[in-house]
Amino acid sequence: MTQIQKNLAIQTLRTAFAWLVTLLLFFPLGWLILTAFKTELQAISVPPLLIFTPTLENFSIVQDRSDYLLYAQNSLITSVASTLLGLALAFPAAYSMAFFRSKHTKDILMWMLSTKMMPAVGALVPIYVLAQTSGLLDSRTGLVIVFTLSNLPIMVWMLYSHFKDIPNEILEASRMDGATLWQEFRHVLLPLTMGGLASTGLLCLVLSWNEAFWSLNLSAAKSGTLATLIASYSSPEGLFWAKLSAASFMAIGPIVVFGWFSQKQLVQGLTFGAVK
Amino acid sequence: MNRLLPRALMAPAVLSLFLWMIVPLVMTIYFSVIRYNLMQPDQVGFIGLENFEYFVTDPSFGTAVINTLLLLGSVILITVIAGIAIALLIDEPFPGRNIVRILLISPFFVMPTVNALLWKHMMMNPIYGVLAQVWLFFGATPVDWLSDWPLWSVIVIVSWQWLPFATLIFMTSLQSMNREQLEASRMDGANYLQQLRYLYIPHLGRSVAVVVMIEMIFLLSVFAEIYTTTGGGPGDASTNVAFLIFKQALLNFDAGVASAGALFAVVLANIAAVFLIRMVGKNLDK
Repeated sequence: MTQIQKNLAIQTLRTAFAWLVTLLLFFPLGWLILTAFKTELQAISVPPLLIFTPTLENFSIVQDRSDYLLYAQNSLITSVASTLLGLALAFPAAYSMAFFRSKHTKDILMWMLSTKMMPAVGALVPIYVLAQTSGLLDSRTGLVIVFTLSNLPIMVWMLYSHFKDIPNEILEASRMDGATLWQEFRHVLLPLTMGGLASTGLLCLVLSWNEAFWSLNLSAAKSGTLATLIASYSSPEGLFWAKLSAASFMAIGPIVVFGWFSQKQLVQGLTFGAVK
Repeated sequence: MNRLLPRALMAPAVLSLFLWMIVPLVMTIYFSVIRYNLMQPDQVGFIGLENFEYFVTDPSFGTAVINTLLLLGSVILITVIAGIAIALLIDEPFPGRNIVRILLISPFFVMPTVNALLWKHMMMNPIYGVLAQVWLFFGATPVDWLSDWPLWSVIVIVSWQWLPFATLIFMTSLQSMNREQLEASRMDGANYLQQLRYLYIPHLGRSVAVVVMIEMIFLLSVFAEIYTTTGGGPGDASTNVAFLIFKQALLNFDAGVASAGALFAVVLANIAAVFLIRMVGKNLDK
């Protein structure tokens, strides 16, 4: 065998192996998607069915039985609202830290990071009590507040690392020309950081949408998110796998697609810029 | 621009985060030294460290600590080793690399409750689950994973969810490898194992540390995966510290004991956090 043939063989083997590993790891998710289009009988058939006539009936049954749309609406509202609120809080803070560095800037950033290290369960009892006394238990407002605050450190960090790359001179020039702070935000900073803003928002949307600890503990029938709807299927009575799969498919579909777009930011956001 | 404005712009974020941190912390400390059971509202008063004593001497406590460490250690070990292997495997271009990348990343964006139920029912069910079918195919007796191996089942589920995260970070890190150096080492006759030992692994060192610490922080308080699959059982077999605190607070209604436990969890997490913060801080100076 010549060297080229040998290299080709290694290359082919490598590709085949990479695909094999990938398909194995993706299998559970693929199986979930397949099961969503089966009937309940097909879902538990032995041996498992790979080829079948797909049906859409599960999707309408899920809606009828557990009011999927209400939960989806709750998920959408809480994650979008907390992302917007978070951006509104984080944008000025990151601006101030990036362009008006003081000797405390680094300390403040580090301290923000440290709040993210507090395990959520450590705050469970007080937050529960606070939510109860203020009437925010099982309300979307309560969830929005909690989601916003738990994502805020990540948002400040990500925006900060985007702002840091913008030369201060550009902003100074606009100030020299008499731009107000609002004009500076609106016409100079915003166009320059649109990409960073979008990716920060995207990542926080994904994190809020998937958040399970607070939504399981603070919400119920009224403000429950999709994460809680799915958890309600954990009861052992009856095997409703096809319906569970359909509900899951609807719960994760949009956000997995969002996730694909934000994977680069995910690395930066979740490691606070330590890996780029 | 005056000097107050930058502070004013920072204030909303800083103040709200400060409240988010300090209010629960003070309340937790207060609750942990009083008698505070939601089912016995008439019994109140300062009891010193009794709640801590109760939480720590609870027979479930030792199990929960061991389970927490086992879960943490195993998931980190699995995701780091498999993550590096996969990242190396798909480092060089090959047909369909972009699709592979997307498929590999996907599980991370699946919400924990879906992930847990998917494994509980469709993969690990002892009769109809896919794993049972595979076992039968090879002539083995199917295993009732969640009853017989509860903690290991949770470890598998959590690892599956966190493997994409580790892989993604290692992939990102490998992209900044010095290609010329690799090429030069190949010219000098280094084989793949030598490259692995002297070039790849040292390069990945930093990102391994980051993955370990990030996972430490998130995995110390794994909750939804346990809540939806085993419910901490059978007995305490798959209860970790986070779930034990939840049980004390919302199932036993003992907010005092739960708060004592929560402080314990905060201390655990802070030990991990100190190291991570140091590392990120170094990065900030560059």
